[in-house]
Amino acid sequence: MAQNPNRPISPHIGVYKWGPHMAISILHRATGFALATAGMMTLLWWLYAIATGPEAYASFQSYAVNAGSEATIWQSAANWFFRLLALGVTWSFFQHFFSGIRHLLMDLGAGYELTTNKTWSLLVFIAALSATGITALLVASRYMGN
Amino acid sequence: MGNGTGIGRVRGLGSAKHGGKHWIDQRLTAIGNLLLTSWLVFSLVVLPNMEHETVAAWLAQPSVAVPMILMLISIFWHVRLGLQVLVEDYVHEDGNKFAVLTILNFYVIGAAAFGIFMVAKHAFTGAPA
Repeated sequence: MAQNPNRPISPHIGVYKWGPHMAISILHRATGFALATAGMMTLLWWLYAIATGPEAYASFQSYAVNAGSEATIWQSAANWFFRLLALGVTWSFFQHFFSGIRHLLMDLGAGYELTTNKTWSLLVFIAALSATGITALLVASRYMGN
Repeated sequence: MGNGTGIGRVRGLGSAKHGGKHWIDQRLTAIGNLLLTSWLVFSLVVLPNMEHETVAAWLAQPSVAVPMILMLISIFWHVRLGLQVLVEDYVHEDGNKFAVLTILNFYVIGAAAFGIFMVAKHAFTGAPA
């Protein structure tokens, strides 16, 4: 049966103006997926490297942290790929972490007032970006010098 | 809906009082993840360096290996519950949904087993020289 494109339809996501609470909601899902795949694979790679020995650990570090001064262009490229991935995973972790705290608080019934909800959402973004920045600076200053 | 057999009477009526378990488990594992990942981040920050010797000695301690294993269980359980909802929201065709959920279960159980084995092997055999 042909549908009349002008038929009345119930309002869906598209009718709402984007706000921080909507961004945080979909980002919770997206960052959760990133952590479940890239994040956990990296964690398992790290644990495998520790348990296997210094050579496996050095290999992990050459990809994830620092390829060293004698790296070929491909090794440097792979290193930068994993550094950017690690930065993304780090931000995903803190975003999901703080957003998760917000969800647990909302599960208690708090924070549904419009202004409170908006404030909490913005706080989550600020906290996640700050924590990611601090972590990146800490890692870069401690472990990335050649 | 039938009114003869037991199964006929309950078909289409929704959950058999297990509806809350998925939701509660997701929150319980979330709290576990909050505590255990906070522990991991704090532990890594206070480690003097990230050389293999240091990290291997650190991970071999029972007070580190046990929470690490607990963290892997809590996280992968949470991953299973969370990604299950994601699949159910976006994969609508029954056959595909079944296939993707099967892959998800294989992934979380396999990956968790691998991680737990690595930590246990390391803790039981000591840091390799």
